[in-house]
Amino acid sequence: MAEIHAAEPTRRDFLYVATGAFAAVGAAAAVWPLIDQMNPDASVLALASIEVDISKIPVGQEITIKWRGKPVFIRHRSEDEIKAAESVDVAELRDPQTDDVRLVKGPNGQLEKQWLVLIGICTHLGCVPLAYKGEFNGYFCPCHGSVYDTSGRIRKGPAPLNLEVPPYKFVSDSKILIG
Amino acid sequence: MSGHSTYNPSNGFTRWLDARLPILRLGHDTAVSYPVPKNLNYWWTFGGVLTFCLGVQIITGIVLAMHYIPQTELAFRSVESIMRDVNYGWLLRYIHANGASMFFIAVYIHMFRGLYYGSYKAPREVLWILGCLIYLLMMATAFFGYVLPWGQMSFWGATVITNLFGAIPLVGESLRTWLWGGFAVGDPTLNRFFSLHYLFPFLIAGVVILHIWALHVTGQNNPAGVEVKNKDQDTVPFTPYATVKDAFGLSLFVILFAYFVFFNPNGLGDVENYVVANALKTPPHIVPEWYLLPFYAILRAVPDKLAGVVLMFGAIAVLFVLPWLDTSKVRSARFRPLYKQFFWIHLAVCLALGWCGAQSPDTILIHVGDGGFTVTHFARILASYYFLHFIVLFPLLGLIEKTKPLPESISASVLGTKN
Ligand code: HEM
Ligand code: FES
Repeated sequence: MAEIHAAEPTRRDFLYVATGAFAAVGAAAAVWPLIDQMNPDASVLALASIEVDISKIPVGQEITIKWRGKPVFIRHRSEDEIKAAESVDVAELRDPQTDDVRLVKGPNGQLEKQWLVLIGICTHLGCVPLAYKGEFNGYFCPCHGSVYDTSGRIRKGPAPLNLEVPPYKFVSDSKILIG
Repeated sequence: MSGHSTYNPSNGFTRWLDARLPILRLGHDTAVSYPVPKNLNYWWTFGGVLTFCLGVQIITGIVLAMHYIPQTELAFRSVESIMRDVNYGWLLRYIHANGASMFFIAVYIHMFRGLYYGSYKAPREVLWILGCLIYLLMMATAFFGYVLPWGQMSFWGATVITNLFGAIPLVGESLRTWLWGGFAVGDPTLNRFFSLHYLFPFLIAGVVILHIWALHVTGQNNPAGVEVKNKDQDTVPFTPYATVKDAFGLSLFVILFAYFVFFNPNGLGDVENYVVANALKTPPHIVPEWYLLPFYAILRAVPDKLAGVVLMFGAIAVLFVLPWLDTSKVRSARFRPLYKQFFWIHLAVCLALGWCGAQSPDTILIHVGDGGFTVTHFARILASYYFLHFIVLFPLLGLIEKTKPLPESISASVLGTKN
């Protein structure tokens, strides 16, 4: 009986554990600011949206603007490009998405099929793909050879995902707001 | 191997100091009386060369930091002004930039020396692991440094490498944003890389001290790979023997160093880095510095993003566990006829991987019909061998190899009573 008693935790053991736990929580709380300071600061987050005039972009051409330090492609697609993007068998894609879900509605409530807006960063390791290059005449990434179609969907090469569509909306017929 | 200290303070002051802070005794025991195996060859002089390189990088780096501005608008210009306006700025920058390459030449020789002579085996496992840690810190330091001049390669190198972390499941995205301090490589990234580039060499210096401490506990390995049995017969004091040999080796190394600094200062660099960083345009062919090419080749050889990243880091991680993968009791490749051949194959594979890393991945080496055997295919075979060498051959060779008889002692091996 006495032996069993001796093995039981004492009040002192409890105090040791409680003190240790407190110290650990305190240390973690002290370290957190040192880690979190590296996350984007208020000024970086503040630059989050930008308005772009798209009326000057002719059919069959695209412009690149900078948003949150990243290139954004705004592409005025031709009928052929839209048709090519729509005629793909979605089931065969690596990252299956229809062309439609990658577009947004204009002020009149219709899908703006001629406007494709993409973050111009290859989903492999972050290079900027070249427009109107590659097998599908969409994009070609010079770094490790990923090929995207006219909807910015990944078709060949090492990239796992489609080019990302940034959050944006039409504020008028000729202006979009990104972010 | 340290044995008793033979330090003998010669005057009143040194006796006084020795009783309070025996720092001169430490210096004497480490660099003067320390016994070294008497059969060391020139492959053993690279430890000294590496210490020299670290010193050169720290001194030139601190001076460059007096003129360098870690701000995206000004970084490139500040480096150009170091080159054109600062007195001897061109010299300091060329020494620092080429110094990084020299540092890696030396560390690769030093590491392959260890692989050839089995220096990683018991009782030197901790010594070896500390060395691997230094190598890892060197790669990080050089990567941070290469970003600082803010040329096209700086920017895109930083982009590709930080994106590797994005491949980690679940936390990858947040980790990447955290590294960047934004949504792409930018000002916050450059600033913190400068801070870390300043810090890491001093961490390296700290680990170097541990490395040398561990070395002095176990004593040096040697070309025969047998332990010191009799200190009087098998060893000589560090000074003058090793000091002079190291100094001579270092002189030859400095000649090579000077050739690059004065006659071919951009030979190891990339012209693209003299174009200022442009976040909207990737250069057509991006490559890391030569010393990272083998790992880059492994990364690109794998068709899956996450697997590529894992294997690339795995190629370095495997080095840490070599002491336990190798089953052979015999250290030196001199007495391991099979291992010796595979050592050279492995060296050739590493060089070939480096070559692949510099090529465009779709380049066709052997044409077959429309397609053919590309650089990527070649890199896949090489990368497979790289891992096979360590994970399969290391344990296997120790079991099947018939080793040659070891010499009685270091002294016997020097006196040439066979081997
Ligand atoms: C392990 C030691 C070190 C290595 C391997 C290393 C490596 C490098 C490399 C590869 C570069 C790019 C050179 C170029 O292409 O222009 C660089 C730049 C730089 N490093 Fe270091 N470095 C080391 C130590 C230091 C230290 C201790 C400092 C002190 C602050 C420093 C300060 C700088 C500065 C200011 C630059 C930018 C100027 C330039 O590009 O030449 N470095 N470093
Ligand atoms: S970054 Fe585009 S293919 Fe690798």
